[in-house]
Amino acid sequence: MNKVIRNLWICLALAFLYAPILILAFYSFTSATMIGTVREFSLENYKTLFTTPELMDMILGTLLLAIGVALLSTILGTVGAIGSFYSHKRVRGAIEMSNQIPVVNADVVTGFSVCILMIVIFHIRKDTFIPLVIGQTALCVPFVYLSVIPRLKKMDQSLYDAAMDLGCTQGKAILRVTIPQIVPGITSGFMTAITLSLDDYFIATYTKPATFDTISTYVVNATKGSQTSIKTALWALSTIIFVVVVLFVIGMNRIGAKKEVEK
Amino acid sequence: MKYTFHRKQLAIPYAIFLLLFVILPLLVVIFYAFTNEEGHVSFHNFVAFFQSGKTVGTLLYSIVIALVTTAICLLIAYPTAYILSKTGMKSGDALLLLFVLPMWINFTLRITALKEILTLLEGNLAFHPFANTIICMVYDFLPFMIMPLYNTLTKLDDSYVEAAQDLGAKKSHVFLKVILPLSVPGIVSGVTMVFLPSMTNYVVLDMVYNSTFIMGSLIGSYFSAYDWHNGSVISIILLLIICVITAISNRYTENDKADRRVGALK
Repeated sequence: MNKVIRNLWICLALAFLYAPILILAFYSFTSATMIGTVREFSLENYKTLFTTPELMDMILGTLLLAIGVALLSTILGTVGAIGSFYSHKRVRGAIEMSNQIPVVNADVVTGFSVCILMIVIFHIRKDTFIPLVIGQTALCVPFVYLSVIPRLKKMDQSLYDAAMDLGCTQGKAILRVTIPQIVPGITSGFMTAITLSLDDYFIATYTKPATFDTISTYVVNATKGSQTSIKTALWALSTIIFVVVVLFVIGMNRIGAKKEVEK
Repeated sequence: MKYTFHRKQLAIPYAIFLLLFVILPLLVVIFYAFTNEEGHVSFHNFVAFFQSGKTVGTLLYSIVIALVTTAICLLIAYPTAYILSKTGMKSGDALLLLFVLPMWINFTLRITALKEILTLLEGNLAFHPFANTIICMVYDFLPFMIMPLYNTLTKLDDSYVEAAQDLGAKKSHVFLKVILPLSVPGIVSGVTMVFLPSMTNYVVLDMVYNSTFIMGSLIGSYFSAYDWHNGSVISIILLLIICVITAISNRYTENDKADRRVGALK
């Protein structure tokens, strides 16, 4: 009996999380303009999604922005983490404290404050994309830093000293000895940065160029009463993203399982 | 003199970045909050915030939204995380993945999906703006509550539970006196991850046609009006709330560490 209740609870919680996405996915393959109405099978939404320039620009723009911001954040965060790890306690403490600010801060406040600084104080124009990239990077780097630091703590410190004793320069030792040991931290930091950038709405609205839209800002505007063909094309987008995320998670698990077997 | 590279110099670019784009923006916000249009130091913005019924009402409304969202998330997430932690390592981790997977789908698209379902059920979203907002917030933030709770509950030392059972504690007592206190760090970090975003995420309100304001929407409206001073005041008030939450949550995690140390000595 107890077990039945437990399973039921888990199923209900999962249903709450997945029902909306799955129902929307089902209707994205029909010609219905509202869910709940019975219509015939149609791929029209997918056709609209891939043939409307506005939609394609928005999707590609979001992806490019996410990749750019994630790359920048990963480099800055990894190098920063290595440097701070070997720095004096006080320097490290100061960096760690400032690093914590964007993590705990509300995204609205981060976006708003970066916007004031860049646009009102520095007079950098939004259509240069600089405020947007810097704003999102400021949000993402701390998470890269936080995922690299534990790896640095766990790695074998003596390997670096051994490399130095054998005549390696400091720069080379970092590149050849330190970095290879912290790769898992770097990749997970990169992935976090990608997700944060893709999911970000607040920093983007405050700092993006007027003519540019990310998925988040586009969807929010589209829900405020626009064409139904766009609205239902977004159902198709949501379905595609869902499938990509599921495939990605399965793929990562396969790789993880393989590694465990190898060990 | 020849330049020699030292590995700690690698911290310099990031330190400069943090100074320029994390610390400096906050200083600018503080400056704007405490000055008026002529650039003179003034507390007027703050006085005005606390004197206006509209802004104080917004503050209270966002606290209510955040409290209700956090409480419901906790009520759903705790049993879920508890059941998951009891299903055993492998399947528990796989199930957890199912619960956190929605986090990787853009939240505006997820809210759109939920909105369609709610519209189908209710006919018109405008009838229950508060309830719909809460449902959407819970939907959005639930994974963030489940994750820390699951992490704490799986690390929970079963020998405490067994000891309590052996000493004849009733099931409800084991839970209230042993499991619940030991899971406080997870509860605290889950609450901090849900409370603040639900106070500020005004997109959810926007999307479900809730015309009431929360703190985030105030920043949004001041931003559209180019009113940097009042926008900064809201930011400062939010920052103060964040400081309080962080201080409380730090105390709990420190307690947790201290307890473990004492536990090791015993």
